[in-house]
Order: sequence, then structure tokens, then C-alpha cells
Amino acid sequence: MYTFSNRLKIGSFILMAVGLIGIAIGFISAPATVEEAKAMVASHGEGHGSDHGDGHAVPGETEGEVHMDEAGKAHPTVGMGAEVDHGNALAHEQEHEMSHDEHLLHQLQNRPWSALYVAALFFFFIALGVLAFYAIQRAAQAGWSPLLFRVMEGITAYLVPGGIIVFVILLLSVLHLNHIFVWMDPEVVAHDELLQGKQGYLNPTFFLIRAAIFLGGWIFYREYSRKLSLAQDEANDNTNFVKNFKWSAAFLVFYLVTESIMSWDWIMSVDPHWFSTLFGWYVFASMFVSGITVIAMVVIYLKSRGYLPDVNDSHLHDLAKFMFGISIFWTYLWFAQFMLIWYADIPEEVTYFVTRIDDYKLPFFGMIVMNFIFPILVLMNSDYKRVNWFVVMAGIIILAGHYLDVFNMIMPATVGDQWYIGIPEISSILFFMGLFTFWIFRAMATVPLQPKRNPFIEESRHFHY
Amino acid sequence: MASKVIQAFYTDDDVLMHAVKRVRAAKHHIEEVYTPFPVHGLDKAMGLAPTRLAITAFLYGCVGLTVAIVMMNYIMIEDWPQDIGGKPSFSYLENMPAFVPIMFEMTVFFSAHLMVITFYMRSKLWPFKEAENPDLRTTDDHFLMEIELHGNEQELYDLLVDTGAVEINSIEK
Repeated sequence: MYTFSNRLKIGSFILMAVGLIGIAIGFISAPATVEEAKAMVASHGEGHGSDHGDGHAVPGETEGEVHMDEAGKAHPTVGMGAEVDHGNALAHEQEHEMSHDEHLLHQLQNRPWSALYVAALFFFFIALGVLAFYAIQRAAQAGWSPLLFRVMEGITAYLVPGGIIVFVILLLSVLHLNHIFVWMDPEVVAHDELLQGKQGYLNPTFFLIRAAIFLGGWIFYREYSRKLSLAQDEANDNTNFVKNFKWSAAFLVFYLVTESIMSWDWIMSVDPHWFSTLFGWYVFASMFVSGITVIAMVVIYLKSRGYLPDVNDSHLHDLAKFMFGISIFWTYLWFAQFMLIWYADIPEEVTYFVTRIDDYKLPFFGMIVMNFIFPILVLMNSDYKRVNWFVVMAGIIILAGHYLDVFNMIMPATVGDQWYIGIPEISSILFFMGLFTFWIFRAMATVPLQPKRNPFIEESRHFHY
Repeated sequence: MASKVIQAFYTDDDVLMHAVKRVRAAKHHIEEVYTPFPVHGLDKAMGLAPTRLAITAFLYGCVGLTVAIVMMNYIMIEDWPQDIGGKPSFSYLENMPAFVPIMFEMTVFFSAHLMVITFYMRSKLWPFKEAENPDLRTTDDHFLMEIELHGNEQELYDLLVDTGAVEINSIEK
């Protein structure tokens, strides 16, 4: 039986408190008026001008530069022909400058919201990725992993608070407290034929209904499977185990569909004109590898505290193999998406990457180094996959890289070139890290860390690759 | 110089594994084990040194990657630059995404093929090579353990019978 160490508990509370303060500072320091926003950018631009998006405070765009219109959709002005719905750029120069300033205000106001949303999504995705991994182990009746089931169940416990927080953020967006989702603004839709065409699907009510169904389904499976898993320990036969197997297989079907739609809804729709058909898979790969990494790190932590005595090197080796493999899978999907769009060079598609390469060069390419090149070099050697500190170090880089991945998905559409990893972003990470740590270890402390009567527990105990 | 070896036959891989462990524990030197299929963990039980094939695979992959880069740079950039899809190929770096599939495939191709060839050479296998297995039954349903004989033949014989050998022959080599 695991006892939640006081030091870890206090640590997670400190993280939450510091995070909350930082989040509050982020919201308070967001500008309230256009003038404030312009002043902020003017002073900010001098300090960080070389870091990113130089000259973003200058209203008159140069040829070919990407800027954002009031719909929040990035598109190049000249040479790519995406300015169809705005007609002649010169004639609208005056009007445009006005809307540009207002847009800047929205971007700066969005920043604390987006920072909160990115961190909330990232930590929620970890739990969701673990849930998928767990369901796969159940459905495959894997023999190696039952020793780790309690750890996985502990991590998926975060689905409830994490899901509620994400849902509240979505609800506040629907209530127009922020501008993360431009398509929720009726005024924007009124001037945008594409969004009008998508209204049957992309409308606030249906959006929230879908979110509720997805979250409800995932949380239901998690709670029910956990119940069956605990009941199996006390049972005299394997009916709970068989039931769990059937529910897990059914859940995977549900998950595959809902995860994909979720990624369109919660992430892709921040760029409502843009779409990519493999986006769901790409998001899945990201959450999957983050989830597996967290399982490995939690297992290493618990083992270092003397728990999980039966978990051996081979279990860790297998988790590290998954970290390695899914990192490559993520890269494969990332590149599959990038290359087709890059090669075809269709204006309405390629804007997605133009914005990211122009304004987000460091996080965009840095993420590929962290999520692909680093894990492939560090985790390739079979022996290194058994060295705890190697796995932890690789895990930290992978997690940071996948935070950046979510960051790159949301930020370009919501804050544009006004991004920075500062107080709002880091505080949001700290807050959710604290909450996540507190919640998962609390859940792990409620039941014995090792399942007793799982039919495969003996096989798992003797697992040797 | 003729040396004497003992060949012990087994009919089950689990029995064989236990026998290998016991024979090794009794400080006998196992020359070779012939099996009809790969037995998981046998290499470790026999105390064989870990394979270095994985290292060669990595090196061959690096060679393949380099070949692909040099090849595509020559073909697409230097020798005959073309404008494909509005992307004139004057710089390798700018056109790199288009070459990634080739870089990937060449890495895998070199790694896989050279690794197989290395494996054949290291195992002394080549076309029309005569089979080395001492008994045909090892290609069907028998496992054969070959042990170098020093000194007490009877003692080893008893040990092998005890481990579940179904047939034991001593052979001059």
C-alpha cells in the first residue's frame, strides 16, 4: 500500500499556489484597452525584438508577410491570393490598421487564457493517453503489464478534474470571456462565408454537447474499468476481468472516434478555416507518448521509494521502448502532415505552417529536436532503456517537447506573434503539474499498488524480455 | 588433434534450457546447441556474448542516410535542377522535405541488407554451403547439445541422463 509522502504533497501544493499566483498575474497584466495593448507591444518589442516576430508593432505590412485579420485566421497578404474576402488591401488600409490594433488587443488578452488552455489540455492529454494505453493493455490481454495497472489507473484519475477544467475553459469561451475560438463570435461568422457553411457543425451548443459526450464517455470507462479492476482482486472467478476486457475493446472504438473529433473541436477549430485529415492521429500520438512517458517516470519514482517490488528492468525496458517507438510514430505523422501541405503549397492549407515557421521558428523546430532527434539518439541503445536516470531525462525532454507541440497547435491562432513563454505559460504549467501530481498520487494511495487476482499477474511478475 | 565431444539429444526446449543451465553450472564447456527453431533466452543461458549486430545496423543506417543525402544532392540539385511544384531546386536544405522519404528508405535499406549480409558472413553462411548440423533430427523435433569432453566421461553421462537427455553419443571429431 502506497502512502502519499508529505514532501510530495507539500511540493504539489506549492506548485499549485505558485502557479495560481502567476496565472492571476497573467490575467491582471493583460491589457484592457487598445492603447494599453499598443504601449505594451512598443515597450515589449524593444526588449525581445530579436527573439521573435520582429517589427510586429508596425502596422503597415511588407509584401508577403503573414498577418492576422480580424477573424483570427493567419494568411499572407500578397502573392498567395488568400485575401479574397477582403478585396483590395490598399483601399482598406485605414480600416485595416484599426482592426489590426483591436486584433492586437485580443491577442494580448488571449495570452493568459491560451496559456491556461494549453497547459490544461497538455496535462489532460497525459491522462487521456494513459487511458488509451491502459485500454489497449486490457483489450490485448497483455501479460507483461498488469503490475503497472494501478499506476495507470492512478494517472487516469486525473481525467475527472482535468476534464472538468478543460470543459469549464471551453464553456467560458462559449460565454465570450476570451477569444480563443474565433468561430464562436457571431460577428465574425456574419462576415465569413466559410464559417457560415460550417455552422451546422461548428456552433457553440453542439460544441459543448460533443465535449460533454466525449468527457462523459471517457470518464465513465475509466471509473467503470477501475471498479471492475478492484472487484477482480476480491472475486473468486474471472468474470470481472472478462467484463473489463470487453468494455476496454468497446471503449477503444469509442475513443478512436471521439479522440479524433475532440482534436478537431478543441484544437483544430482555433484555426477554423484550416483542416488536416490526419490531425486526430497526430494529436493522439502526442498524448500517447506523453502518457507512456509519465507512466515510466511514475514507476521509476515509486520504485525508488521502495514500492512496486515486482516491477523489474524488463517492464521499464518495455515502457522505454514504447517511448522510443511512439516518438518516432509522432514524427512520422507530424512529417506526413507537414510534407503534403508543404509540397502542395495550397494557400489556405500552407498558411498554417507559414505562420508557425515565420513567428514560431524556435518552438516549432525545437519541438522536432526534442520529440524526435533527442529520443531517437538517447533511447536507441537497448541498455540505456534500463538506466533509470536516462529514461527520466529523456522523459523530461519528451514531455517538454510535447507541451511545445500543444503550444504550437493553439498559440499561433490565438496570440499570433505575441507569444512568449513567460509568467502566464510557466505558471499554468506549474499549477497543472501540481494538481496532476497531487491527484494521481492521491488516487494511487487509496488502494494497494499491486493487483492481487489479475489472471496474468504471475506472468507479469516473471516478465523477462 | 582429435577431440572427443558428447552429443546429448533432447525433445523439449524447456528441458533443454534447464539442461544447459545445469551443464554450465557443472563447469562443462558447451560447444554448440542445435535447435529446430530459435529458443528464447538460450543465448543467455549458454553465456554467449551479446550480439554486436545492432551496432552494425546503426552504422549501416548512417551510411545509408549519407548515401541518400549525397545522391539526392547530386541528382536533384547539382546535376539537373528542376522546378517542381513551384519549388526550384537550387538548395538542398530548402528542398529537404521532399527528400526525407528517400533518406528514410535508404537508411532502412542499407541497414537491413547490410545487416543480413553481415549476419551471413559472421555465421559463415553462403550459397551451396553444406549443413553443419551433426544430426538431421535437429531440423525436425530434436535438440542437440554438444559438449567438449575433458576427463570423466561417465560423470558427464550421468549428469546428462539426469537432465532428461533422450540419447547420448560420444563422437571423435
